[in-house]
Amino acid sequence: MENQLIPHLFRTEYRKITSVLCKQFGIEHIEIAEDIASDVFLLAVEVWTYKGVPENPTAWLYAVARNKAKNQLIRNTVFSEKVTKELLHQTDRSVSRFEIDLSDKNISDSQLLMLFTLCHPSIPVESQISLSLRVLCGFGIEEIADAFLTNKASINKRLFRAKERLRTENIPIIFPDEKEIDKRLETVLTTLYLLFNEGYYSESRNEILRNDFCLEAIRLTYLLHENDKTNKPPVNALLALMCFHASRFGARKNNQGELILYDDQDETLWNQELIARGTYLLNLAAQGEIISKYHIEASIAYWHTIKADSKEKWENILQLYNQLLILDYSPIAALNRTYALSKVKGKLAAIAGAEKLNLKNNHFYFTLLGALYEDIDHEKAKMNLQRALSLAKSETDKEIIRQKILKSDHVLK
Amino acid sequence: MEEYILIFRHEDGQKIASPEQMQIWMKQTMDWIGGIAAQNKFNGGNGLPFDDSRVVKPNGVVINGPFGDIKETIGGYIIVKADSIDEAVKFAHGCPVLQGEGNSVEVRKIAKGDGVH
Repeated sequence: MENQLIPHLFRTEYRKITSVLCKQFGIEHIEIAEDIASDVFLLAVEVWTYKGVPENPTAWLYAVARNKAKNQLIRNTVFSEKVTKELLHQTDRSVSRFEIDLSDKNISDSQLLMLFTLCHPSIPVESQISLSLRVLCGFGIEEIADAFLTNKASINKRLFRAKERLRTENIPIIFPDEKEIDKRLETVLTTLYLLFNEGYYSESRNEILRNDFCLEAIRLTYLLHENDKTNKPPVNALLALMCFHASRFGARKNNQGELILYDDQDETLWNQELIARGTYLLNLAAQGEIISKYHIEASIAYWHTIKADSKEKWENILQLYNQLLILDYSPIAALNRTYALSKVKGKLAAIAGAEKLNLKNNHFYFTLLGALYEDIDHEKAKMNLQRALSLAKSETDKEIIRQKILKSDHVLK
Repeated sequence: MEEYILIFRHEDGQKIASPEQMQIWMKQTMDWIGGIAAQNKFNGGNGLPFDDSRVVKPNGVVINGPFGDIKETIGGYIIVKADSIDEAVKFAHGCPVLQGEGNSVEVRKIAKGDGVH
């Protein structure tokens, strides 16, 4: 048996089976849906190891899932009293003829509905992300714990509480109505945005996992893009942003797995297809009146797909950061704006701007000041970099700063 | 942290700028506001278009626009967060409106709804 087959199928099919079953059973039985999906894979490992992989593994998984769901309905008394009655009432059929619909359409609908349910505003954002990673992306508890730099127990606790909340609040697995859709979509997009960032900026060393997080975020956002009811400008703007960032995946790491900063990247390694896709989506997002922060961030990312410096590029980026900060302040946007300011108005103007920022416990702040002082005052540049080094927490960040200090010493000699 | 409103007063609101001038002015204003927002001290604001405006006077008199017999007019405002009036004044110093002869920026503290002010 090919080694990667089961993990691959688990990643792609676990979520589909869980979503379809959960949609049918109701959110209060999400754990039963998850258990059935897990059991299906357990059985696959047992059977396939001895009898070989069936011709159509996916169809095999679905057939087993259907049977197990049916058995569950018959066997479990509590479950059958509560759910079966309801289901039988709906379908007007006996249990033996009861069908689990694993058609492509129902799979994709179920995942979309689950996305809205798991990203319900009644549960905290970090739980929404963990739940989505588990249920909709098929990540293991250990992988999620690894990404959040925490342990399995705390992720389990987080998932347990979130499910408990969904149960007690009795959140229905339905599509939000017309009036609510934009508001609910906002929460969903926040989760997907953070999920992507978790992969893109995570301090976890697990490279493959991090890329997978990003790809999963793209896949889920794509689900929204594909559906007429959710194909809205902010969705397309976020998807564009993800495409632009993802286009640099191949250029961000060297052979040793160390991060390569934007300026030092080989742009021939940037994925032109994703850049074109992002540009198309950003144009698509330009409909309607509302400019979301995803529009602005995607536009900034667009300008970064052009490697060469130009006055036009940095003036546009500066204006976009101005807009972004007015809409939604964040320290990282403030620092990036200052960098853009240095490109447009020179380093002295940027230093004056930076000094007003009040980010004295942020190591990026001192890294930026170090860069701004580089050709102006070597001592100050070094002092700031050392201050950055003392504040940096992750090994990756520390390494980058150490390199900068070494480089600046080298230049002086 | 208090809130202050910075009110832009224009001596001549009817002076029509060229599109190029407007573009430059917009950019300057955005840079100025962006600098305040980068400090997380921007709390909103807006421009007040001159066209289609009215002045209502006693006895039911309504005149077109705030111009004519009024020398100064308000072109817009922003609200900032600042520790003191001095800090708010520092923000005001950067306002591009001040490039215009006779223009001014009025800085006023916004009363809190705490029953004291």
